[in-house]
Amino acid sequence: MNRLLIAFAFAFALPAAAQDLLVRNATVHTAGAQGTLEGHDVLVQGGVVRAVGANLAAPAGTPVLDAKGRPLTPGLFGGLTGLGIEEVSGEPATVDGGLALGNHMPPLTGVWRPEFDVSIAFNPRSAAVAVNRVEGITFTVLAPASVPGGSFIAGQGSAVVLDGRFDAALEGSRSLFIALGSNALPLSGGSRAGQWMLLDQALSEARPSFNAGTHGLLTPAGKVAFARYLGGGRVVFQVDRAADILQALAFARRTGMRPVIAGGAEAWEVAAELKAAQVPVLLDALVNLPSSFDALGSTLQNAARLHQAGVRVAFSQGGDATHNARKIRQLAGNAVANGLPWEAALAGLTSAPADIFGLSEQRGRIEVGQVADLVLWSGDPLEVNTLAEQVWFAGKPASMRSRQTELRDRYLAPEGALPRAYSGR
Amino acid sequence: MSSPSKATLLAAVLLALPAVAPAAEQSFASTYRPVASGPVLIRNATVLTGSGARLDGADVLMRDGRIAGVGKGLAAGDATVVDGTGKWVTPGIIDVHSHLGVYPSPGVTAHEDGNEMTAPVTAQVWAEHSVWPQDPGFATALAGGVTSLMVLPGSANLIGGRGTVLKNVAALTVQDMKFPGAPHSLKMACGENPKRVYGSQGQSPMTRMGNLAGYRAAFIEAQAYRRAWDKYEAGPAGKGRRKAKDADQPPTRDLRLDTLAGVLRGEITVHIHCYRADEMALMLDLAKEFEFKIAAFHHGSEAYKIADRLAEAGVCAALWADWWGFKMEAYDGIQENIALVDRPDKGCAIVHSDSAEGIQRLNQEAAKVMVRGERIGLELPPERAIRWLTTNAARAIGIADQTGELAEGKMADVVVWSGNPFSVYAKAERVYLDGAWLYDINDRSKQPVSDFMLGREVAP
Repeated sequence: MNRLLIAFAFAFALPAAAQDLLVRNATVHTAGAQGTLEGHDVLVQGGVVRAVGANLAAPAGTPVLDAKGRPLTPGLFGGLTGLGIEEVSGEPATVDGGLALGNHMPPLTGVWRPEFDVSIAFNPRSAAVAVNRVEGITFTVLAPASVPGGSFIAGQGSAVVLDGRFDAALEGSRSLFIALGSNALPLSGGSRAGQWMLLDQALSEARPSFNAGTHGLLTPAGKVAFARYLGGGRVVFQVDRAADILQALAFARRTGMRPVIAGGAEAWEVAAELKAAQVPVLLDALVNLPSSFDALGSTLQNAARLHQAGVRVAFSQGGDATHNARKIRQLAGNAVANGLPWEAALAGLTSAPADIFGLSEQRGRIEVGQVADLVLWSGDPLEVNTLAEQVWFAGKPASMRSRQTELRDRYLAPEGALPRAYSGR
Repeated sequence: MSSPSKATLLAAVLLALPAVAPAAEQSFASTYRPVASGPVLIRNATVLTGSGARLDGADVLMRDGRIAGVGKGLAAGDATVVDGTGKWVTPGIIDVHSHLGVYPSPGVTAHEDGNEMTAPVTAQVWAEHSVWPQDPGFATALAGGVTSLMVLPGSANLIGGRGTVLKNVAALTVQDMKFPGAPHSLKMACGENPKRVYGSQGQSPMTRMGNLAGYRAAFIEAQAYRRAWDKYEAGPAGKGRRKAKDADQPPTRDLRLDTLAGVLRGEITVHIHCYRADEMALMLDLAKEFEFKIAAFHHGSEAYKIADRLAEAGVCAALWADWWGFKMEAYDGIQENIALVDRPDKGCAIVHSDSAEGIQRLNQEAAKVMVRGERIGLELPPERAIRWLTTNAARAIGIADQTGELAEGKMADVVVWSGNPFSVYAKAERVYLDGAWLYDINDRSKQPVSDFMLGREVAP
């Protein structure tokens, strides 16, 4: 109560008080222990959720919004993307997603650069950021890409908040990304066994006992970066085949890495092992075709089976994850249609990714003390026939405009006496 | 009861017509035969006819592979009755842009058969000669309610070759899948792809102006070729009245020009991969110059910018609900695109997939458009939106006289949905092709499984 009063007073000290908000009469999907609360209010002060309850009193001067029973959720996770990293996929000059030092002529030395951190390239002004923000996507994890001329250790990436700030990386979320299996074969001498051989070599180089003068895969900075992950660092293994997932679990156990499986088309086949090791899976719930010989076991039941087995599930797309990050809701909805409980599917877009990437103290749930990144929906947020009505970052309403709403409105209106180019902005 | 359906008979008639030389359409003819089926009455469902009507508490009667009636309180007679209470019934879904079979799963180099990237104009190649009928993607598309699809060559070339319209039946050969009587189609491509593929090899086209020069050169050749054949056919040899002299010898057949001449004669439908509004306008003028008709622009991220012109020209636009930004020409894509193309009186909007994933849920893709269209004040009830996946699609690929609509006499290509199909939770529960019950979500014996998927330890 004391804290609440302080926050209240603080809010008044700021004339805009833009970070205060009372959402009344919402169907509050907390994505937390309280589950879904019908007809509840959420009070935000100083950008933080201060209370969740029925019939909360509105402190004077606090903007009040009547949700009319509509769903309110935490801001959604956009998956592993290149949002703010990749403007137009087909235009190399606008893409910063992967490091390919080996493509230079002559090749720059040391294509193995785990010290590469893609989040530094983040551009919050990318059109794709706003396009996805207006769809309720409030945070994403920037995943470096493994590209020809680079390494299957793609480098590091962090979670970023998509409110438009430049300094958007969220503390504690930095992770190392390693691509495995057939997709990475060209970068591992043509064999997936080579992937483990090279990882073991990198491992030995990163150990303090390694003779610094010996020629190796890693630069001195790379050794430091790689070593950081050996004692409990979060490592995202992008891998589909069940056998490769088990190898990743064994490697992580041996090295002290904290693994996350991304992709995981066949993860359901090794659900017991994943559960035992407490390893979460980021998956694309629309994957059901044997798209490669690594993914013959693909099934729409992947999410439901993993959840049933007690494995933590979150969503991430295999397709155009960046521009169409907003499609992630459709993944969750289809997972529900194929047996995943609704609350688990919402968690897969909110609390699960927040927990997986070390953000749970601040984000992922509607709970007292959490940053008020919120979304009000026109209906079931996992449905394809609903929209984000309003997005808030730390209690502040986000603009619901994007380059796409501008294009839409320009061509929605009938053409006047002057060409549409004169329709203004 | 089943036997050679009217469809088959009609196809036989069509194929027996004296074809204009060189009548390549007779080659690799359809051997599709509907699976035998008894009469079925789906009773008391919400029926979307595909032609704009919604009938609540209505029945659909299928007999001899055809729709025998749509309406309330139909007499069952000897038909098997399926309780449609709470279910929705639509025509079978049609995808006008698929690469199933030509870029199948798994994506192995040995099966990359969709782009003959050896010359910018490869009108001589036919996608049907690349289709691998064992692609597991056909079965998953069927589970999404897809009963017909057009498989196209890729977009690397200015003129990529002929597409083929298939019935989505499990079959050993492509001929057994070919939609009886469906016209052949031509796949063309605007913009970035052809100029990148050939320009990067120092070949023409390297630019968009090179693209246009390439199409025009090809059609100029085709005009001359067509004239030569017309002359030959009009002459004495063509009429077969007397023994031909040397001068009456038929022109040398050229597969490449056969296709383009077929376009000029209006026998082959034209489908153009084209994203930008200005490029679509150029292609409309190209069609005017060579006097052919464009059936549809595909992908058209900017179709909404010229929706009125497309409607006026009677050209459909086959589009994604939400793809954008993966390349420059797709940078202006918006989620209201399909709704805005649908807006003019004669607008012909189509939801297409170009994706083994997307084809499984074209209903969901449409739903994403509906909500956004309604948000900008357009009325897009289910009975209107279903046209994007059925009648409009059938029109664009030239099979609207046969399917796409729940109307008496049409092929009984029918989907029974668990509920309103424009929901993420809706599922196709039963799918009928020409009246045959070929998919059931609850019955593994009514779910096709590709040879490729047999005997896999990991198979789900």
